Amino acid sequence: MGIISKLGNMGVVTTTLEQAVNWGRTRAMWPMLFGLACCAIEMMATQAAHYDMSRFGMELMRASPRQSDLMIVAGRVSRKMAPVLRRLYDQMPLPKWVIAMGDCASCGGVFNNYAILQGVDEVVPVDVYIAGCPPRPEQLIDGIMTLHEKVMKEKLTDWAT
Amino acid sequence: MAIANTIREQFPQAVMEIIEFRGDVTVVIDRAALVEVAAFCRDADGLRFNLLSDLCGIDYWPEEPRFAVSYVLYSLPFNHTIRFKVYAPGKDPVMPTITGVYPGANYHEREVWDMFGVKFDGHPDLRRILMPYDWIGHPQRKDYPLGYEEVQFSFNHERIQAQKPQPKE
Repeated sequence: MGIISKLGNMGVVTTTLEQAVNWGRTRAMWPMLFGLACCAIEMMATQAAHYDMSRFGMELMRASPRQSDLMIVAGRVSRKMAPVLRRLYDQMPLPKWVIAMGDCASCGGVFNNYAILQGVDEVVPVDVYIAGCPPRPEQLIDGIMTLHEKVMKEKLTDWAT
Repeated sequence: MAIANTIREQFPQAVMEIIEFRGDVTVVIDRAALVEVAAFCRDADGLRFNLLSDLCGIDYWPEEPRFAVSYVLYSLPFNHTIRFKVYAPGKDPVMPTITGVYPGANYHEREVWDMFGVKFDGHPDLRRILMPYDWIGHPQRKDYPLGYEEVQFSFNHERIQAQKPQPKE
């Protein structure tokens, strides 16, 4: 408490490194610019002016996996697409998170057949699943908020090893 | 119908049947003569079928002959259409390629090969086009399994979770 009492009301806040880093990660979490099916339309609507994901520091959809932190798998993943998706995930720098948006990305949805992957969690580790076919922008935003809560709870001992 | 009769006059052996259904004329052609008939239809005066608008495969399993390929030709100068149908037996599903007559048939024939396993003899680049290259089987054959996977519910969650592939970080 020594610093605060000396500085008076100069507007200095003390916090932990863990909280500061997690705050930074959640307030500028850039998603990757790619969509696989109709869920991508809802993702674009979430991005656009009416729902405006830039309120959460997501104004930029990065077209390169090297610059993105979050992968929103919007749509069904075919078995031909699965290695491509995994490669994109591997190209993302740490820390990285994955949202499975919609029923198809979560569990295959209505496409229970030979060509569609039964859930994208067979190829990449998923943090948040969003139900809906397709989910409305509110649901996607709720999923992102859930992910933000999850990231805020991350421990320094887990990522600083 | 007049066009179909012209083709029959020109190739009396090759034309096996002429079917008319609500104005759509289908000419069933012997597969050995397909390239010859297609070239004639493209070049002959009064026919000038210069556009291959569609080419698709059909599986009639368990009937024989099992496979058929349907060719829809269109004439831009005369605005008329005709359909060819060529059968192939299930034991020997091989067709002559018509890429020499209509180069646009290249991708269509690759798709029919990929989905139905009908080979096109003489095709310049007969690879899969929709499925991955290492795929086994031809998915649109009627005896191909749909590939149903059991849906995960709460009562069978653990059993399916145990055999599900788990990705590494």
